[in-house]
Amino acid sequence: MNAPLPAQALAEAADAPDRPRRQAEVVAALSQVLPAHALLWHREDTTPYECDGLTAYREQPLAVALPETEDQVAAVLRACHRLQVPVVARGAGTGLSGGALPHRLGVTLSLAKFNRIVRIDPHARTAVVQSGVRNLAISEAAAPFGLYYAPDPSSQIACTIGGNVAENSGGVHCLKYGLTVHNVLKVRGYTVEGEPLELGSEALDAPGLDLLAVFIGSEGLLGVVTEVTVRLVPKPQLARCIMASFDDIRKAGDAVANVIAAGIIPAGLEMMDKPMTAAVEDFVHAGYDLDAEAILLCESDGTPEEVAEEIARMMDVLVASGATRVEVSKDEAQRLKFWSGRKNAFPASGRISPDYMCMDSTIPRKRLADILIAIAQMEKKYGLRCANVFHAGDGNLHPLILFDANDPDQLHRCELFGADILETSVALGGTVTGEHGVGVEKLSSMCVQFAPEELEQMRALKRAFDPAEGLNPGKLVPTLNRCAEYGKMHVRKGLLPFPELERF
Amino acid sequence: MTPDPILERLLDQVRAAMADQRALAIHGGQTKAFYGEPLQGEPLDLRPLAGISSYEPTELVVTVRAGTPLADLEAALAEKGQCLPFEPPRFAPGGTVGGMVAAGLSGPSRAAVGAVRDYVLGATMLNGRAEVLSFGGQVMKNVAGYDVSRLLAGSMGSLGVILEVSLKVLPVAPATATLRFELDEGCAIQQLNEWAAQPLPLNASAWWDGALLLRLRGAQAAVSAACQRLGGETIPAHQADPFWEGLRDQRDEFFAKARAAVQTGASLWRVSVPQTTPPLKLAGEQLIEWGGGQRWWCTPSPAAAVREAARLAGGHATRFHGPADGPVFTPLSPVPERIHRALKAAFDPQGLFNPGRLMSGL
Repeated sequence: MNAPLPAQALAEAADAPDRPRRQAEVVAALSQVLPAHALLWHREDTTPYECDGLTAYREQPLAVALPETEDQVAAVLRACHRLQVPVVARGAGTGLSGGALPHRLGVTLSLAKFNRIVRIDPHARTAVVQSGVRNLAISEAAAPFGLYYAPDPSSQIACTIGGNVAENSGGVHCLKYGLTVHNVLKVRGYTVEGEPLELGSEALDAPGLDLLAVFIGSEGLLGVVTEVTVRLVPKPQLARCIMASFDDIRKAGDAVANVIAAGIIPAGLEMMDKPMTAAVEDFVHAGYDLDAEAILLCESDGTPEEVAEEIARMMDVLVASGATRVEVSKDEAQRLKFWSGRKNAFPASGRISPDYMCMDSTIPRKRLADILIAIAQMEKKYGLRCANVFHAGDGNLHPLILFDANDPDQLHRCELFGADILETSVALGGTVTGEHGVGVEKLSSMCVQFAPEELEQMRALKRAFDPAEGLNPGKLVPTLNRCAEYGKMHVRKGLLPFPELERF
Repeated sequence: MTPDPILERLLDQVRAAMADQRALAIHGGQTKAFYGEPLQGEPLDLRPLAGISSYEPTELVVTVRAGTPLADLEAALAEKGQCLPFEPPRFAPGGTVGGMVAAGLSGPSRAAVGAVRDYVLGATMLNGRAEVLSFGGQVMKNVAGYDVSRLLAGSMGSLGVILEVSLKVLPVAPATATLRFELDEGCAIQQLNEWAAQPLPLNASAWWDGALLLRLRGAQAAVSAACQRLGGETIPAHQADPFWEGLRDQRDEFFAKARAAVQTGASLWRVSVPQTTPPLKLAGEQLIEWGGGQRWWCTPSPAAAVREAARLAGGHATRFHGPADGPVFTPLSPVPERIHRALKAAFDPQGLFNPGRLMSGL
């Protein structure tokens, strides 16, 4: 996490005198295209929109538009485009990187009223839903047909499919079932100018460049989505989970690699470290092994025959990798109990600390132990505790740094701790964000991961969709000025050398 | 970046072309030179930029230079019991990994396992300003910045030169079986979609001339249970494997006949439609793959008729072989077309790379 830079804050304050005039202008224009109840601008009405799941950053928009029809979305966009007012699209506001943080001179465009499941086609295994439909609601609607929507971010009860498209959300099953980008067939929406835009197809591909692939994960910077067509997949007949304890973090990391090396792609492969296990056990009483340095949850799904075969193979690998205790779920109730702690890692952390900050980097799986050891050293350096959960199967780690936001020094140390984790992850060959997005939170860390020419190329890509840069400006890609002020050197990647070749 | 004489030579050639405002035609093994609009410009040969840069089977990731022969990559993966699950078509020996990504074509298993783009994790490219840029990475989950590396899949070299890619790879499934069913076209399409809604280890399908071949792939227990349940005639591996390989590379009987028909004026079209689309009413011979989603038509009908049939079904059509009759790919509607042109200008402002290969003016 990176705090806003002082220079940026000053620049924003300088804009303030103009704000009342701009607000009056935009409210007048939007009143022409929206019913009165669909437009909010009084401070007490816009306050609920001042932040998303990243609560450390708050901002008041000029107005919040809550259109109810696609025509209204288009009209809001056209009006904002004409007035050169930035637009920030928003779903459920559960994002963890500030992607839906309002722009103080912009309009927040809430898609909350786009909450209709348009159709479920069980024969074609597709669902057409409006962008404000909750992730879990899709699977619930598909359940009578034995189908479901695979990506399952932890916030799936609340987060919307439109937000999932913006963030390319993952979940605990994405090693086997893929991310949002692998499960969305088509999106419909509008350009910054309010022109209708349709990307992808109900066929398996579309002509031209794969604009859908780059649109997914673009954090609302390329267009506004109103409707999404997703792929549904058959619900596995059965799922079973192994809970394995390790007395050494490195052994647990090696066990993950060994499972993969055995040719197994588990449906889920998650790890919790000792502090996290203690926190969640106290919360859910699932019977976790409190002596273990690390706990692995390995899930298998499929037909009963398939699951029996895979569970047996995974048990062999885990035992051979030095697991000190292994237990297989006997029934669905026990499987859910095994998962209850992992799924409640965030609230459990909330109980043991006034605040926590969740990081989201990804590293090559083989570096799991290295990053954990580095984080343990950082705990001493910054004087803060950190509990760790991982999507171990895909190397995506969520260290939760525990702190008290009422203590400015703790907040400051927490931010430095977080930035240190991200930069260490990049140095280990990883990335600053696996699934939560850059938003405003990781803008400075992007300067570490990318070279100036790469960031400039991304900005040029943005302008190809949005020449005036009116959609969600100031997110995802940092300006080069910001990088210069942040002062961190880019870790150069580029073509990998051939380590096995002799050099003269 | 490590100084590399091969990369330096490529950069020199691109800089010289920039200075002289000459177009460059990017190529690898030229096994897909037939695909897309005609090549224009001075050849830019990527084959010297070859080799597997890193491969760690337990990470399920391989990083490969663009000029690496696809056969070399597949052999290296096979040695570790892994594969490219999307079975990229090879057409002929000599194709490269860069060409595979740039063409973006996937083989028989595509409907079950995903396309090339679904396996691209990162890429290093050369844009039209002769800048070497890296996007994505070597990890499974990565949302840092725009996903430019996936955009390169199927871009036909229109945005720049792919120099190196990181791909997700998977273990070779332990069991495979092929079943044959006598079914007419409509019943085959219906049946494939019904099966796809059930937890079955479907991997590939091919319908031609009244017969449906279905390939199951996955855990031993899952494949044998599915064979028992589905019935049909089991085709032994020594017959089935060459068939699927031939289908993948378009060497099998249907495609051999299609190429002969092309000599006498017919065209071979790839018609991509929603999988549940009922039988298309076109003249000629047809082979259906991807659970109904990919329909190969060898037809004497004019392009307009094929395009219209695809459009009515909610899909699109691409001419693979045959006499020029309008554009190769389905033309875009105005808004996406404008974005395409703007993207081209953003990556390759002088229009150096593969001009017109994907569409006119791009």
